[in-house]
Amino acid sequence: MRVTVIDYKAGNLTSVLKALRHLGAEPEVTDSDLSVVDTAERIVLPGVGHFAATERLDATGLTLAIRSAIARGVPFLGICVGMQWLYAGSSEAPEQPGLGHFPEKCTRFADSTEKVPHVGWNSLEVKKGSRLLTGVEPGEYVYFTHSYKGPVTADTAATTFYIEPFVAAVEHGSVMGVQFHPEKSGTTGLTILRNFLSWEAKGTE
Amino acid sequence: MITKRIIACLDVHGGRVVKGVQFVDLVDAGDPATQAARHAREGADEIVLLDITATHEGRQTLLDTVRRTARELFVPFCVGGGIRTADDAAQVFEAGADKVSVNSAALRGPALIDAIGRSFGAQAVVVAIDARRDPTAADPVRDAEVFVQGGRKPTGRRVVEWAREAEARGAGEILLTSMDSDGTRAGFDCELTAAVSESVGIPVIASGGAGTVEHFADVFGRGKADAALAASIFHFGISSARSLKEELAKAGVSVRLPC
Repeated sequence: MRVTVIDYKAGNLTSVLKALRHLGAEPEVTDSDLSVVDTAERIVLPGVGHFAATERLDATGLTLAIRSAIARGVPFLGICVGMQWLYAGSSEAPEQPGLGHFPEKCTRFADSTEKVPHVGWNSLEVKKGSRLLTGVEPGEYVYFTHSYKGPVTADTAATTFYIEPFVAAVEHGSVMGVQFHPEKSGTTGLTILRNFLSWEAKGTE
Repeated sequence: MITKRIIACLDVHGGRVVKGVQFVDLVDAGDPATQAARHAREGADEIVLLDITATHEGRQTLLDTVRRTARELFVPFCVGGGIRTADDAAQVFEAGADKVSVNSAALRGPALIDAIGRSFGAQAVVVAIDARRDPTAADPVRDAEVFVQGGRKPTGRRVVEWAREAEARGAGEILLTSMDSDGTRAGFDCELTAAVSESVGIPVIASGGAGTVEHFADVFGRGKADAALAASIFHFGISSARSLKEELAKAGVSVRLPC
């Protein structure tokens, strides 16, 4: 199965590509070729680092191409900063808009005695009916590393608790995002990526 | 609930896992890729591979080792040893590492931390610190001296002050090795670990001295460590991360189980 992976020069893609290949997918990487996005069957937007790096998606025209693909029903998965980009923006880079598929904004963890970033394995509270998280049992652990997070809303597919409940996964139709790193989350992470890869692709003919 | 991480550490020399005390009397302990996969299967939360030779000539061997080790590894994977420049780091990331650990080169030129963090994100930069208590200092623990070159060369830097600078420059985690405890199997230096952990806002990985389950419970409690490194305790089939974590859970430590 084909999967288009967007490279916007934020961190390295090696681990994500490796996990996708392990699951039998044929990832195709693009950092600017819009035609690859226009014909994509599925899109993965990985990302570590700073939200400001998503500016490159606007500059290359990828934002518009991805928006069209999502409108055609192409399944989309954002990982970490890639998930945060689905929201209207993040207080990490207030001047940089996100895609706005979800109208809320991402914010930094509140000040507390706990350390920020939130690094390590934490458990998922999965909401009923999530397709992306099919087969993930309550309390299964996944690997996080982040300082900013999305607000819990009706689109939240799973929450995790650290300082406060935050969005571990978001899902609306064929648009999905995970704050954690499924490519680094053992068999639980691979289950989630497999669910995404087996998502019925629409509108690509 | 966030869990305490048990990190399996593989010391690698010339492409093979080795084990010795204080870098002496090295014993062959297997193939890195095989060992890493086994640790992941047996419940380790993360794998660290340290190239203890780290010679210029050995770079290609290391990259091959990293590539082979990363291939089927789906837990976080950190690589250290001989990373002197942002380009060195880029090659290690390209080969499949998720994080790099820097030590001597960061002390020589701390801007290395900023440079790697800018390109790959703070989460990808682990600053490793080898420290020894300084009985002549006003505070022998907070002012423990930082050493480089496998503990052979003193730097004059103080552990808390250096850890804070590393954080300010964009380190994502601190890997703290107590030279007083390393190799003793008599327990972690909990006072040293707590002093550093309470002085920074980033996670601290404790290293050096692990011998029993109680040592781990102690460093997660009194030592305020976020993660702990285990090397010799796992070698030669002595124990697995899973059995260690099962015992820690009984002692009330939050760990990733089942795993």
